[in-house]
Amino acid sequence: MRGPEIEFRGLTKRFGAVTAVEDLSFTVRPGVVTGFLGPNGAGKTTTLRMLLGLVRPSAGTATIGGVDYRRLPTPIAVVGAALEATSFHPGRTARDHLRVVATAGGIHASRVGEVLRLTGIEEAADRRVGGYSLGMRQRLGLAAALLGDPVALVLDEPINGLDPEGIRWIRSLLRILAAEGRTVLVSSHLLSEVQQTVDEVVILARGRLVHQGTLEELESRDAVVVDAPDRLALAAALAAGGLVVEPAATGWRVRGAGPAAVGAIAQRAGIALSLLRADADGLEDVFLALTGSGAEG
Amino acid sequence: MTRALAAEWRKLVTTRIWWVLGLVLIGYVGFVAGLLGVMFGVLGEQLAQDPEAPQIPAETLPAIVYSSVTAVGYVIPLILGTLAVTGEVRHRTLTPTFLATPARGTALLAKLLVLLAAGGGYGAAGLVASIGAGAPIIALTGGDPQLDASATWALAGRAVLAMALWAAVGVGVGSLIQNQLAAVVVVLAFTQFVEPMLRFGSAFWEPAAQVARFLPGSASDALVGASIFTSFSGGGMVAVPPLDWWQGGLVLAVLAALVALAGYATAWRRDIT
Repeated sequence: MRGPEIEFRGLTKRFGAVTAVEDLSFTVRPGVVTGFLGPNGAGKTTTLRMLLGLVRPSAGTATIGGVDYRRLPTPIAVVGAALEATSFHPGRTARDHLRVVATAGGIHASRVGEVLRLTGIEEAADRRVGGYSLGMRQRLGLAAALLGDPVALVLDEPINGLDPEGIRWIRSLLRILAAEGRTVLVSSHLLSEVQQTVDEVVILARGRLVHQGTLEELESRDAVVVDAPDRLALAAALAAGGLVVEPAATGWRVRGAGPAAVGAIAQRAGIALSLLRADADGLEDVFLALTGSGAEG
Repeated sequence: MTRALAAEWRKLVTTRIWWVLGLVLIGYVGFVAGLLGVMFGVLGEQLAQDPEAPQIPAETLPAIVYSSVTAVGYVIPLILGTLAVTGEVRHRTLTPTFLATPARGTALLAKLLVLLAAGGGYGAAGLVASIGAGAPIIALTGGDPQLDASATWALAGRAVLAMALWAAVGVGVGSLIQNQLAAVVVVLAFTQFVEPMLRFGSAFWEPAAQVARFLPGSASDALVGASIFTSFSGGGMVAVPPLDWWQGGLVLAVLAALVALAGYATAWRRDIT
């Protein structure tokens, strides 16, 4: 199986005077899990809704394998989408909800039982959705997305509301689906939520693309915590090497270089190190700095 | 289109609203038909002796009793049709609907056709109630329930058509006014207050009465051919002949189509955010 490429080209959406998404261009590849990240209100949901034909772009295009979603003959067999965990009639059972979607999408009714089993809500399937927890609704949304055995998956905040066991389950499911060659695009406002799952990230802030690439590329902009018996000499050497140095709980925190580069500078200056490690919080800091949504430093 | 039709049907029958409203319709129509039967059956002779009282000829009584299904019951399919659309907005199920059926016109057309069928079903159920409650009472009070008359069954057929069209009008209203509460308030205010006032008020001035024949409720009564509301005329009222049955049906059908088209052109095509 090889999923389609999902392509955004110059995608723009204005709501009156507010520009929610501005000139967004990126490509989502099949076979990997792509994280679509950004703080709440960055325009992620609007972007996904434009891709799925629910919101009309002000400019630009979003296509699946080169085709507009609304032109796909059996759209839910190509793209499975779970957009929000509240899109259910509270008085309808989960099984009936899935039957309605399967009927409308031209999917064989036997898939309903399969996705109910796959998402672990089979026992609750004949209860009305009004009594479901957020986690169960997320599973039902995912079940609907998987109904058509789609080659591409678009999930908006799928981890929100899941218990730890559910989070582990969805992470492994996404990895399996991507490994099968499908195109998987998962949005989240928390980097840590998807950090262990995604291969590539697209980061959005205030409607604009601020980073696209692998997580490693982000980590290479990582912070390093370093310490030496002679702290002042270390700081001077690092500053001379063009790095930003600031005090940390133990030693110094250095931005703009990885551990290897920092270690090399110390060696050249003849300074023995007592500590050298990547800052565990660094990736999140880079994310926050990129999206401008948190305190700096 | 077949898929969308089947999905809309399944959507309608998988929540409780269709049978709750259906029971309300049967109870309401049965009660009114029974009441009318008792009033004009038992009291008929007394009324006939009082020239001031409203007069109902015995031979038109069955049609008036049986047509309670549309005369008072038409608001029920109208509400069902409205809720079929506004419920999707309220519960945000337009998202899965449009994901599976991206052609929004197809989705709306499927809803219209399914609700036409459901409204017809309501018409049949309401007739069971109005005839079931009314015919025995008419027979018991010495009248002829006219159950073997072809005119009675032609009226029944026209009542089914009227109820079907009312449900379609409801879909149109819901697609235009997507806020569920607002749509229901508008429907109830218009059918229970505004239109009755207009129909009553216009009856005293001939040109107004001519126009009022085209009000949806009047058109519905004309289509069915009988209604308790058109059976009286009091002092000072002008007698304007109602529309022909087919004209009444046409007015309702055009109304349903126009409101649905207006809804499609505006609210139905909006962004689903």
